[in-house]
Amino acid sequence: MIGLIGKKLGMTRTFQEDGRSIPVTVIQAGPCVITQVKDEANEGYSSVQMGFGAKKPKNTPMPMQGHFRKAGTDPLRSVAEFRVDEGHEYKLGDTVNVSLLAEITMVDVTGTTKGRGFSGSIKRHGQHRGPDGHGSKNVRASGSIGMHTFPGRVLPGKAMPGQYGNKQETKRNLTVVAVDQEKNLILVKGSVPGHRNGIVYIRPSR
Amino acid sequence: MNIVEQMRAEGLRDDLPDFNIGDTINVAVRIVEGGKSRIQNFIGAVIARQGTGHEASITVRKISGGIAVERIFPVESPNVDSITVKKRGRIRRAKLYYLRGRTGRKARIREARR
Repeated sequence: MIGLIGKKLGMTRTFQEDGRSIPVTVIQAGPCVITQVKDEANEGYSSVQMGFGAKKPKNTPMPMQGHFRKAGTDPLRSVAEFRVDEGHEYKLGDTVNVSLLAEITMVDVTGTTKGRGFSGSIKRHGQHRGPDGHGSKNVRASGSIGMHTFPGRVLPGKAMPGQYGNKQETKRNLTVVAVDQEKNLILVKGSVPGHRNGIVYIRPSR
Repeated sequence: MNIVEQMRAEGLRDDLPDFNIGDTINVAVRIVEGGKSRIQNFIGAVIARQGTGHEASITVRKISGGIAVERIFPVESPNVDSITVKKRGRIRRAKLYYLRGRTGRKARIREARR
């Protein structure tokens, strides 16, 4: 089944009857317009491409404008493709909205995590600090990164400082708390990757 | 107003009285013990209030048997059965954390003149 493109709006909480509080992320999911349908015959695989969010024509390259015109829609900001089995009923120009997920209990949400720039290994990998006092000079330094003559090299994948965040990540099996079909909102339990107003992709969990 | 702020403000309970920091209130809390639920009263001074809408919570402080007890209540929780105001306090700040270091006469909150 295909997913939806959405926008993370923020977090709040809901209360259950028994008094439990559930932290929820509010996502505006859709409406998305199907901008292309790919099939085995033409592209060699079957998928549905859709767009979400308005964009001004003057900021859209001409080839993209033509692409959107084919689907009979105004230019859209985000475009994404979802793999789907052959024999589905989605057509070019169709609009899909959050009702797609109305019956779903668990979803996977993909987004781009908050960028933290070039970060040290404490923030990035949760390594421990060195001592503050006694003449210590490795307060937040990495420490040893390996052994000795054997193996004589740094092991691949060694945790070191570097770019942290601003990377695509998927949170799997998030419980769907509520779906508001009128406002095209979906509430999932817990957090999702990215900052507010960030673009996320919502797929039913396997 | 964005949608999340709207959701925070929507469907809030209206059965609670207006109360402020420094007021002495009685919070009736629903407690479930072994399948049975009962109401427990917690009487103390509101020393802090944080959050808005569904996320609002209050910190209530009382002295119980010589030991200070603070409890944080999510105001909108269904477990908060009711709140009644016992005394209005006259205070000059929003968070009364200074009470924590004080005992006896110094830890009093003056009553508001109406």
